Amino acid sequence: METKMPIEIQSRDSDEYILNMGPQHPSTHGVLRLMLKMDGEVVKDVVPYLGYMHRGMEKMFENKKYEQIIPYTDRTDYLSVIPNNWVYCMAVEKLMGIQVPERAQYLRVIMAEINRIMSHLLWYASFGMDVGALTPIWYAFKEREELMSLMESASGARFLHNYFRFGGFKADIPKGFIDGVKKLLARIDDDVDEYEALLINNVILTNRTKGVAPISREKAIEYGLSGPSIRGSNTAIDVRKDEPYGVYPKFNFEIPVGKNGDTWDRCKVRMDEMRQSAAIIRQAIDALPAGDVMAKIPKIIKPAPGEVYTRVEGPRGDIGLYLVSDGTEKPYRIKMRKPSFSNISAIKELIVGYKVADVVAILGSLDVIIPEIDR
Amino acid sequence: MNFWQVVKDIFYNTDKIVAWIYTQSHALWASWHLPSVILDIIIQLVVAVIVVAFLALNALWIIYYERRFSAKMQLRYGPNRVGWQGSLQLIADTIKLLIKEDIVPTKTDKNVFTIAPIIVMLATFAVFLVIPFGKGIIAADLNIGVLYILAITGLAVIGILAGGWASNNKYSLIGGMRSAAQIVSYEIPSVLIVLSIILMAGSLKMGDIVAAQSKTWYILFQPVGFVLFLIASNAEINRAPFDLPEAESELVSGFITEYSGMKFAMFFLAEYTNIFLVSAVATTLFLGGWQGPWLPPFVWFFIKTYFVVSILMWIRWTFPRIRVDHLMEFAWKVLLPIALLNLIVTAVVLKMV
Repeated sequence: METKMPIEIQSRDSDEYILNMGPQHPSTHGVLRLMLKMDGEVVKDVVPYLGYMHRGMEKMFENKKYEQIIPYTDRTDYLSVIPNNWVYCMAVEKLMGIQVPERAQYLRVIMAEINRIMSHLLWYASFGMDVGALTPIWYAFKEREELMSLMESASGARFLHNYFRFGGFKADIPKGFIDGVKKLLARIDDDVDEYEALLINNVILTNRTKGVAPISREKAIEYGLSGPSIRGSNTAIDVRKDEPYGVYPKFNFEIPVGKNGDTWDRCKVRMDEMRQSAAIIRQAIDALPAGDVMAKIPKIIKPAPGEVYTRVEGPRGDIGLYLVSDGTEKPYRIKMRKPSFSNISAIKELIVGYKVADVVAILGSLDVIIPEIDR
Repeated sequence: MNFWQVVKDIFYNTDKIVAWIYTQSHALWASWHLPSVILDIIIQLVVAVIVVAFLALNALWIIYYERRFSAKMQLRYGPNRVGWQGSLQLIADTIKLLIKEDIVPTKTDKNVFTIAPIIVMLATFAVFLVIPFGKGIIAADLNIGVLYILAITGLAVIGILAGGWASNNKYSLIGGMRSAAQIVSYEIPSVLIVLSIILMAGSLKMGDIVAAQSKTWYILFQPVGFVLFLIASNAEINRAPFDLPEAESELVSGFITEYSGMKFAMFFLAEYTNIFLVSAVATTLFLGGWQGPWLPPFVWFFIKTYFVVSILMWIRWTFPRIRVDHLMEFAWKVLLPIALLNLIVTAVVLKMV
């Protein structure tokens, strides 16, 4: 059986050629394969090949008990660990009618915002590497190391925390955690200013990214973009404000938006989001109540039959989880709606007409994570 | 001759020592009734070997310096395990490169594939014959010294294009072509700046240019020229922020992708020797060459050259990469007019003074 190439070159005389940005490439954020049809340096057409990292997560979930699934949700997107945990625990808690105590709610917000800062720092580092700045990665990772140590003291793991449980947390935060967070908050604003000045406001980068790959508000909504990718197009869509969950309604924060929807705006939005996350963490620490961190839940997790769809705001966008339960210990179906999948669907719209060097910058500004796309 | 006088001369008046070696060897040769042409050839061969050996060692040192310097800028240590403070790291790396398998991809033009790194290295090493390392320490003080430098550095384009083409790899081809365009575009502002310097010095000879800066260094007269020369040289040696041909994140090493083992080592050495080359040329043209107070001349030369090398490294590790069309725009629309203006102003001022 002959496989037909999705991209073809029409005639031998044209200057077009096919460039395969293969699954192994320093800049495709994982195993993404892009088949580019190029004319000189300009991209004419692109076909993304997905599925290199498909692990059958959703099928695996059907064979595991509910509490066994929590570590797997970490690994669907290893950078937005906490929002993934949260969306899943929220779904099960809704089906079982569990009320999470106040202190646990506040702690969940603190963890989620710390995770957002960590994810954006890693985005900053890898975006810098993509465009050729080899120094920001070290500064960003130094911050990340301190945050990872904090999370390790709280959850036991630096990276794939596996932290949330149905009804709250297994144990309260350790003694030095709040002090550690306060120390970080004291310098995060200055640091974000410095990182912005080093890379984002650098004239070489602004020349490379301003006006590159703008996407209009209507097109972005059509493609289903979410997170900073759509907020760059002057669209203030954020699950924390649209369908608030947890104790987010109690906090006072803004949704940063960009003006033109081009690559630079998407980058700037992420830097501003780090500042907003720091503001939320400050308010949460000030208002943190005492109390239990775990609700009373039954020993065997058997949610009532039914279905529920929950959404949270991850660093990359809108994470959704659709859970169908049939009353047994194992879920009947879990479907995860991942922001990177929708974000990468807009790749043809964004890349066509720009140069090879822009491809990498545009992909970087979308901040896609491949395990999330393929699950 | 007094022993201490000789020692002092070795450090401070090397031109006397060199002249003495020449006259003595010619006298000895003539006493053996042999034609002096052969002696000249032998001397030149010996000088060439000395220069190449020195450059190879220097390249090793620069690589180590870059790794430590960049590490300090990036909140880390750099190599510090092998030898004292990591100084033997480069020897370990060199041995590794020498014993690596030399992979030649199939369907390449094997001869061109092999020659490309040789041409690039040649283009770099051949220029050092006219660089004045110290008082009288110059392999060949050609009458057309500066012109020779500008001409030979252009040879590297052939090597890069050859490497990109012979690798039978689209990425390499793109890298090679980008590099050729880049080098050729940035040579022109570079030449114009050097022309301004030549106008002021009145001669193409490197020794004369250094002598003309005995009162004041030319950087004080031509600050714009210095900055422009650094930028243009940065682009000519394919270094960040102009390192598109080896853009690691886009083209996986560009035209160097398919090279391994000793051929890669030659490209690598050529790149770092190039850094030293443009710094040495900048030192000679703008910073007064080997002149300076009480330290020996060649020590001054190295201090100044490494100062410029540090500036180039600093630039590399701070800025992101420039896109290829911005690069061409920058060369033709920004650097070229400024360089022309610089030349005109220099000429006018010289006429009036």
